[in-house]
Amino acid sequence: MEIIKTVNLHKSFGDLHVLQGVNQTIHKGEVISIIGPSGGGKSTFLRCLNLLEKPEKGQIFFGGKEITGKNVNIDQHRQKMGMVFQQFNVFPHLTVAENITLAPKMLKGKSEEEATAMAKDLLTRVGLIDKFDEMPGNLSGGQKQRLAIVRALAMEPEVMLFDEPTSALDPEMVGEVLDVIKGLVETGMTCVIVTHEMRFAEEVSDRILFIADGNILEDGTPEQVFHNPQHPRLQDFLKKVL
Amino acid sequence: MDFSLFIPNMIKIWGKYWQLFLLTGLKNTLLLTCISVALGTLLGTVIAMLKMSKFKPIRFLVTLYIEVLRGTPILLQLYVFYFVLPNVFTFLKLSQFMWVSIALCVNSSAYVSEVIRSGIQAVDKGQMEAARSLGMSEKQAMMKIILPQAVRNILPALGNEFIMMLKETSLASTFFLGDLMTSYSIVKGASYLTLEPMTIIAIIYLCLTYPLSKIVERFEKKMASPNSYKKHNRKRKLMSGGKI
Repeated sequence: MEIIKTVNLHKSFGDLHVLQGVNQTIHKGEVISIIGPSGGGKSTFLRCLNLLEKPEKGQIFFGGKEITGKNVNIDQHRQKMGMVFQQFNVFPHLTVAENITLAPKMLKGKSEEEATAMAKDLLTRVGLIDKFDEMPGNLSGGQKQRLAIVRALAMEPEVMLFDEPTSALDPEMVGEVLDVIKGLVETGMTCVIVTHEMRFAEEVSDRILFIADGNILEDGTPEQVFHNPQHPRLQDFLKKVL
Repeated sequence: MDFSLFIPNMIKIWGKYWQLFLLTGLKNTLLLTCISVALGTLLGTVIAMLKMSKFKPIRFLVTLYIEVLRGTPILLQLYVFYFVLPNVFTFLKLSQFMWVSIALCVNSSAYVSEVIRSGIQAVDKGQMEAARSLGMSEKQAMMKIILPQAVRNILPALGNEFIMMLKETSLASTFFLGDLMTSYSIVKGASYLTLEPMTIIAIIYLCLTYPLSKIVERFEKKMASPNSYKKHNRKRKLMSGGKI
């Protein structure tokens, strides 16, 4: 069952034509990693999926409904698409628990007890339960990112979008975040992950998209993309990063 | 110049006019400052919101308002509000004190609006994106995520604005409005002494501004620590009876 579909997606920043007609279909339960050189459009593509970037041309369908049309309440669709950012973007003025409970209480009408129980459950899952009442300013980068992931999960999304979730982390903290994402993948969550962690991408993904020069230049299983690359740009890219 | 009588004269003048300095001068100075900063903050908040409006004509008008008020001398603005506007808006029966208060308030609003706007824009834009990605509307994100963080940037700057305004109210003495500076003029005229009353009001001004600037400074330091939000939270919990 398809969950996200993009048709002929175009996005420019000034003179820079970042996305040049991207077509892609993502199915429920799929884990997709997006790799490619910097400035190639990976993050822009991901950020278009929940309309943090508004494409100039093209359509995006989410759960069969077009979200790029007029009179669409994007806030409601975004509730079903969790997003994790490179810079964590946890809310520094709220406690760890409040970071998680705020949106479910405000947007889904959860009671204080329900939301708190859920926060405890999620924090236990990612090993942060002892930080329940802590302020995010006292967490390490890896802990902040784990918090950001469960904050998104608290909205019970249908898809999780990861925008280079480990790129801003110290090397020793990359593992703990990747482990959390792996755990999430095992639950069957649909995930779209922009990443530079090639080994991780190969391990967890059902499909790899190679985006460069504003389009998807290669789309295949990890086996195909990493061990039998076809496009010269991908061959060149892999030579550099592996 | 003979300074041997300076201290005795000062004591004499203080003994004779302390009520004029404190009960009239200081009272009016504080009144003017409080009115103009309080109303200036309210008006400044509205101006800041308008400046961030999506409509270009509104942004243009507001920018014009801010630039005119920040780019012309405050004394000139006081003249306009004191001499010109009462003749234009003749149906408004306002006292001279009120006209000067309004002038100071309008002037203050231009500065405060910039303080508020920059305080809001200084909040990392990732915060807005994170809030929106959870499904909050722009307004919800503004109220729950951006403003609570912006307040940290804004409050110390507002404290400084209060100190600035405290000093700028001295311009009201141009119109003899009974502020601290006016009381200097009165005492000078009555006693034929200048340096002594001048020193007295300088000390009074300093007694206000120096502690205030120290408080602002401490506040700024406290706000810079990562735990600063926690105390804020606890206070909020207490105020709301344990529930947020």
